Amino acid sequence: MRKYWVLQRKSFSFLIDKKTTVSIIALTFAAIVAMLISIGVGDMYIAPWDVFQALMGTGLDINQLIITEFRLPRVLVAFIAGSSLALSGAILQGIIRNPLASPDMIGITGGAGFAAVAFLTMFSDDSNNLLLSINYLPLFAFGGATIVAFLIYALAWKDGVTPIRLILIGIGLMALLQALTTLMMLIGPIYRASQATIWLTGTVYGTSWNEVKALLPWFLGILPILVLLVRRLNIQGFGDDLTKGAGISVHRERFLLLMVCTALAGSAVAFAGAMGFVGLIGPHIARRISGSSFGGLLPASALIGGIMVVLADLAGRTLFSPLEVPAGVFTAAIGAPYFIYLLFKNQ
Amino acid sequence: MNGILYGNKIKAAGLIAGLLIALIIMVLSVVLGYTNTSLKQAIEAYTAFNGSNEHLIIQLSRVPRSLVGMAVGISLGIAGVLMQALTRNPIASPDIFGVNAGAGFFIVFGVTFLGISSIQQFMWIGFLGAAVAAGLAYALGSAGQGGLTPVKLTLAGAVMAALFASLTQGMLVTNEKALDEVLFWLAGSVEGRKLSMLAAVLPALVIAWVISLLLSRQLNAFALGEDVAISLGQKTVVFKLAAALMVIILAGGSVAIAGPISFIGIVVPHFARYLVGNDHRWIVPYSAVIGGIMLVMADIGARYIIMPEEAPVGVVTALIGTPFFIYIVRKGIFQK
Repeated sequence: MRKYWVLQRKSFSFLIDKKTTVSIIALTFAAIVAMLISIGVGDMYIAPWDVFQALMGTGLDINQLIITEFRLPRVLVAFIAGSSLALSGAILQGIIRNPLASPDMIGITGGAGFAAVAFLTMFSDDSNNLLLSINYLPLFAFGGATIVAFLIYALAWKDGVTPIRLILIGIGLMALLQALTTLMMLIGPIYRASQATIWLTGTVYGTSWNEVKALLPWFLGILPILVLLVRRLNIQGFGDDLTKGAGISVHRERFLLLMVCTALAGSAVAFAGAMGFVGLIGPHIARRISGSSFGGLLPASALIGGIMVVLADLAGRTLFSPLEVPAGVFTAAIGAPYFIYLLFKNQ
Repeated sequence: MNGILYGNKIKAAGLIAGLLIALIIMVLSVVLGYTNTSLKQAIEAYTAFNGSNEHLIIQLSRVPRSLVGMAVGISLGIAGVLMQALTRNPIASPDIFGVNAGAGFFIVFGVTFLGISSIQQFMWIGFLGAAVAAGLAYALGSAGQGGLTPVKLTLAGAVMAALFASLTQGMLVTNEKALDEVLFWLAGSVEGRKLSMLAAVLPALVIAWVISLLLSRQLNAFALGEDVAISLGQKTVVFKLAAALMVIILAGGSVAIAGPISFIGIVVPHFARYLVGNDHRWIVPYSAVIGGIMLVMADIGARYIIMPEEAPVGVVTALIGTPFFIYIVRKGIFQK
């Protein structure tokens, strides 16, 4: 049996890796099942078939209300946020060529976190009321992530930007931002500190369609760009010299990809909080399932990241019910055992 | 790759200068703080003790924290070098080995289920946790064919760290009382540590410092890659195990006394490399001295930033360390 399907016409030709294709189809299926279960389970259990009917618009009124108004937007935001973070991590690991690279590690998430905590502490008055609507929080978080990304790039620039400078500067900025965030929580009002802690852990509690509407355009807008960039990401893995030799403007490409990462991670963090671990380990799980060519790696990462956060949110809602635990607490608890299993199995 | 200091004589002179600076910083750390004291009082506290407030503060608070800070800084600096060499990754640090997360998990577990509360108990349980997490990471990283490879170790460690951190967070979210008790520990600090605590781990730390210095030659060989190291006659399996063991003792001992302080392990080796180049025989001692200086300096800063309260020392390390770090990353050996 050959490894590839060949798709050839006059104007184009594709090699489609069989194993990758099969695993992505399986992952898509798993993602749909995870979402259906997550929509059905909660304070009120709704059977998968009823969930399906409600989604089709033919279910009971009460199910319809619970699902379309409360659970569906929450699950969608969880999935999109997880996908975005894992995609961002996969791309960063590609351009930086370091398995530890992720949006948390280079300070993009840290920038969002700092901006969010600054927003919570600086815009609250003596009686703990926010002076600005909480709806501005995502804007601040996204702004923070973007500013930090530009800062990393500017500070790492010296006749071009090398991957190692990029990540070292990123780590420096991350440490600085974390320090400033801690400091601000120490001197700010206690009440805000606990709110900030939940945000920094990452949660999709209380999301509505507004969040979905704000998040979805970013996600869908970036996907086509990624489709165009995939081939050249593969080449970047061989090093700067080879990339140049292949006729690619290394620095322009790197900047573009960094911006894509920032847009993905920044938008995810803006609405779901500084969720850790997904951006780091999502891509590694994907690599072990679908191989390390970016054509398969990116979709697999997106699906796995999405599944991880959906399941983490499900665990957070149900395990300690009626207490709501932020989803960010469980992303590692869900992803790590599976990754450990893969580490063993693939050897 | 050369650093800015050329030649063995100059490097040796630099090391002696570093030791002097470390000594001066330690004296400053004894004298400076919320309660005004002078150098004379500091000496008198030991030669002519009169029970005054100042003398008590110097004996019971300032001198211990200065010594603890130095010991922890030295240990973290060396542990960082070993970790970066072992994983061949310039952004690795003992945290990546799961040391901090493991210690945190065991302590929170102890507080929640076993009712421990004193800082002495924290110390031993924390050390146990650090050793267990790092041991698991090492075992996981070396399972399967090919034994321990840098990438496998890195990933296994990162996963262990995340897993333990997540379990800790889960316990803290569901048990707010535990959060109150461990929050001060989780921030990382050398304040309020007794000399007896340091005395308990110091022998192990000192032995690990010496062994690490002896290993530094082997680090050079290992840095050339596994195959080259083997052909140079290195028993790489033994070497990797020894280096990992040193990381566990050094970083585990540090986190046990002072809580998780993360920045030093990553950046100090880079400072050292900037000064002396890529020869580990110099990087190890330089990292030790720079780590010590940095942590004691940060501890002095911690007393002033939000006076009269104290800022966590980990916060201050990042505040004062980052600008220098960015400078050397731009100037340093990553020119290409």
